[in-house]
Amino acid sequence: MSVLFDTSLVMVHVGDKTDKKESRLQKIISSFDESLPKYTVLWKAGQPAEVLLNACIDEHADLLILGALQREGLLKYYIGSVARKLTRKCPCDVLLLIKPSVERKPCSYAVVNGLAHEKTERAISRAFYVLHALGASRLTVVEEISEEDVAVKVDDDRGLRRSNIVKERIQLREDSRVKKILSQIPKTFTSTVGHDVQPIFGRRGYSIGHFARVKRADLLVMNAPQKHTLWDRIFPHDLEYILSDLPTDVLIVR
Amino acid sequence: MAKSSIFSGLRSNIFAGFVVSLIALPLALGLAVASGFPMVAGIVTAVVGGVLVSVFGGSYVTITGPGYGLVVVLLSAVAVLGDGNMQAGYLYALSAVIISGGLLMLFGFLRFGALSDFFPASAIQGMLSAIGVTLLIKQFYVMLGDMKTKGTVIELFVGVPELIKSLNDAPSGQLYAVGIGVISLAIMFFYSKITNRFFRLIPAPMWVILLALGFDAYFAVGGVGNPISKQLLISLPSDMLTSVPTPNFSKWKEPVFWGIVLSITLVSSIESLLSIKAVDKLDPEKRRSNINKDMRALGIATIVSGFLGGMNVGTVISRSSVNVNNQATNRSSNFFHAVFLLLFVIVFQNQLGKIPFTALAAILVYTGFKLTAPAIFVRMYQIGKEQLFIFLTTLVATLITDLISGILIGLLATFLVHVLLNKAFWLFSRNLLKPNVLMYKEAETQSYYVGVIHFCTFLNFYKLKAKLDMVPQTNKVVVDFSLCSFVDHTVQESLHNYEELFVRKGGVVEIIGLDIHETDSSHPFAVRTLRPIKGLRVFGGGKTKRQQQLEALAEQKGWSYNASASTQKRLLRDHLGYETTFVEGVYNTLSSPNKQLSLFDIKYSEGVFIAKESVQTTLLRIRLATAVPVFSFDREMLLEKLSHLAGFHDIDFPEHPEFSDDFYVRGDNPEKVRAFFTSELISFFSAYGFYHILCNGKELIVRQFLRPATPAEAAAMIAFGLALKKRIDG
Repeated sequence: MSVLFDTSLVMVHVGDKTDKKESRLQKIISSFDESLPKYTVLWKAGQPAEVLLNACIDEHADLLILGALQREGLLKYYIGSVARKLTRKCPCDVLLLIKPSVERKPCSYAVVNGLAHEKTERAISRAFYVLHALGASRLTVVEEISEEDVAVKVDDDRGLRRSNIVKERIQLREDSRVKKILSQIPKTFTSTVGHDVQPIFGRRGYSIGHFARVKRADLLVMNAPQKHTLWDRIFPHDLEYILSDLPTDVLIVR
Repeated sequence: MAKSSIFSGLRSNIFAGFVVSLIALPLALGLAVASGFPMVAGIVTAVVGGVLVSVFGGSYVTITGPGYGLVVVLLSAVAVLGDGNMQAGYLYALSAVIISGGLLMLFGFLRFGALSDFFPASAIQGMLSAIGVTLLIKQFYVMLGDMKTKGTVIELFVGVPELIKSLNDAPSGQLYAVGIGVISLAIMFFYSKITNRFFRLIPAPMWVILLALGFDAYFAVGGVGNPISKQLLISLPSDMLTSVPTPNFSKWKEPVFWGIVLSITLVSSIESLLSIKAVDKLDPEKRRSNINKDMRALGIATIVSGFLGGMNVGTVISRSSVNVNNQATNRSSNFFHAVFLLLFVIVFQNQLGKIPFTALAAILVYTGFKLTAPAIFVRMYQIGKEQLFIFLTTLVATLITDLISGILIGLLATFLVHVLLNKAFWLFSRNLLKPNVLMYKEAETQSYYVGVIHFCTFLNFYKLKAKLDMVPQTNKVVVDFSLCSFVDHTVQESLHNYEELFVRKGGVVEIIGLDIHETDSSHPFAVRTLRPIKGLRVFGGGKTKRQQQLEALAEQKGWSYNASASTQKRLLRDHLGYETTFVEGVYNTLSSPNKQLSLFDIKYSEGVFIAKESVQTTLLRIRLATAVPVFSFDREMLLEKLSHLAGFHDIDFPEHPEFSDDFYVRGDNPEKVRAFFTSELISFFSAYGFYHILCNGKELIVRQFLRPATPAEAAAMIAFGLALKKRIDG
């Protein structure tokens, strides 16, 4: 991964440094025969989440790569796993991998959110940047529009017609907003990565995860969440849906 | 509805209202007596319902009045609340009716319209059958002239031989009445068998009334007087339209009272909702009823009816369908039905007093039989043994306990059956509260895609339903269950209703992704489970609707069809980009007579263990006679999985700049590929740009979506394949 972005890599191992572990790591590293990037290995002990968090801050990292469980148990859900904690507190972007494989499975298709939010612009441009670097070919910007915005209850045909008119209007508005963001992205990215826009009326945060799963996307790019409390966990919304049931690899842009 | 449309087609609505009132009259009288209410109550219910719901309602061609289901609940309400005193019980029951009317109205305002969607279909069927059994047995006693017997359904059932024996030494006054009752029952049963036009001019229940009146007239002419004993004849009080009973609310502190209010509300709303849905399918103008608005109207009507001494106002299916059959076009026919009913009662007050109870009971015995006909048991068994189990559990539970406990037991039984079928409690517990439905409009086809994950049963069908209700019924909807591991009977039946609704309005609902789910039964609505694959196969003989359509398609084209799965592991291996895929199974194969073309559903996965990703889709394989270069063809707007082809770049066609811009064509030998893509082929491909084509030199693989194709799409793919082969092979 680091090779593709032409950056340096910092590996953090939490736990005691032993010879056995080191030799195993060396073996892994040596298997990358070609152009190894600049890398360092940090050996640290302590709480995994905190250590990783501090490492990110100390090393001024741009991206944190984590392996994650695809599905969380009930207990984990409320107490929080390492990955969760980091996703929430990490100052840099986080990439959650659910399908680590030895043989690189190329990433060809990604989905990015297009919510009306100040972070969206960054998320979309970051998605283009990442996909360009990975040599991926397709990106879909998903605008999620929650049903509440439509504000027309459908009881009969008349209500249905009205709601469809409202939906169309919202869709046009959202489309033009996303188009504006897309137009500000450097041409070098937009020309190599094909892109389209898909509006979805549905539960925010959930729909995009399901969409990524249906479309068999290889990467999902999301905005980082706002501050979270236990309350948000009991009544899940937005990113929580995706984190509790990862549809694919997820990149969270801060 | 606009004012003007109320008066359009006024004549046909007046006529329809008249015909309906002919049926409604005997039913209203009979249902009121059967409920333990005074006879007038039935008329009050129908008249109030007809007037108020036609003004405030949200449906179009429904008829409102006293419902069958309520009879059983109201009778027990009168008995329980009155402690044996029918008159006192009646006044208490009226207060329960009024409160349940308030609840109905509240349901309407809270948009609980979909209440019946939360109950499993088989359990509702079980409850209705239990009501049918009760109605059948109790009214059978009345039909044989026994007005006094009380007891549980089982006691009554055991007592039937005794009852028939007792007829031997019954007074002649009773025997005449029994005779009329039995003949009436025969009329009800055989009416549908008789095709004589004049006979069919009058509906069956009216024939029953005419029989009774004719009997009376015969004896009146002979000067003997009606031989039927006085207690068995209907007696209408002379002041019936002026005296209004006062409901007695004094029992409101007792839990029993609230139990009754709840059951009345439940039965009334379920019966009405089922009827409204069924009538919507009959409406010649294909309108969609506003269920919540109708519930509010029914609530208002029930409150008024309760204060005037009437029963719950509900929507009733049989009267509504007669209404539709007589060319009713809007709610005014419901209003006229009420007016005619009132006229009849005022004008023919004396004649009505000559009808014996046994004749009315015969009508209800027939209705009870319809609700619990053996055909229903057979149908349940066909859908699946577990549905029969749920159905019987609910039926028996309702009979030995009460309605509310019965339906709750049915609900629990359904859930347990689902857990046992899946051998997994966590599937339900973990995913119950999570959203599981995604809907979006596919940009390419302008059709709606609805994806469902986890599971889909009566527990969470409302989520899927909410989405489906948002789609204009003139559009095309594709419902994809390929990521959903369990789909129950309730959902399938409701989806089938949607299919019908959409078809009527020119839209389509297509259900995909269910073909590899496991089922034990051959019924198309059977429960379907996706179990961990132990060697994929299509289970049982049950074909889904899609499979039936594919089979029909094969037949139409003269192709052969094979639903069962086979594993052809090497099928895709020699195609670019598919080297690492593992084919789990190929099923629903359609092949051309010469085996050169075949269309099949395929399930394949990439990667192993946790990295495993399964795909279900439909592919078309074309074997070629001519050698062609290795290439892949793809529209740039589509998602694709071809980045394995790292070394291959988009091949440009300098002479066709637009084609080059719009499509990705890649291959190992650009020169050969360019030579292969003649102008003719390019224009052909441009027209069918939504397909992905892979070619390994000997055969072509065509794919449209990363999901199984609907039958219509499959037909289009076949047509495309035939045309393409012709172009290449000549």
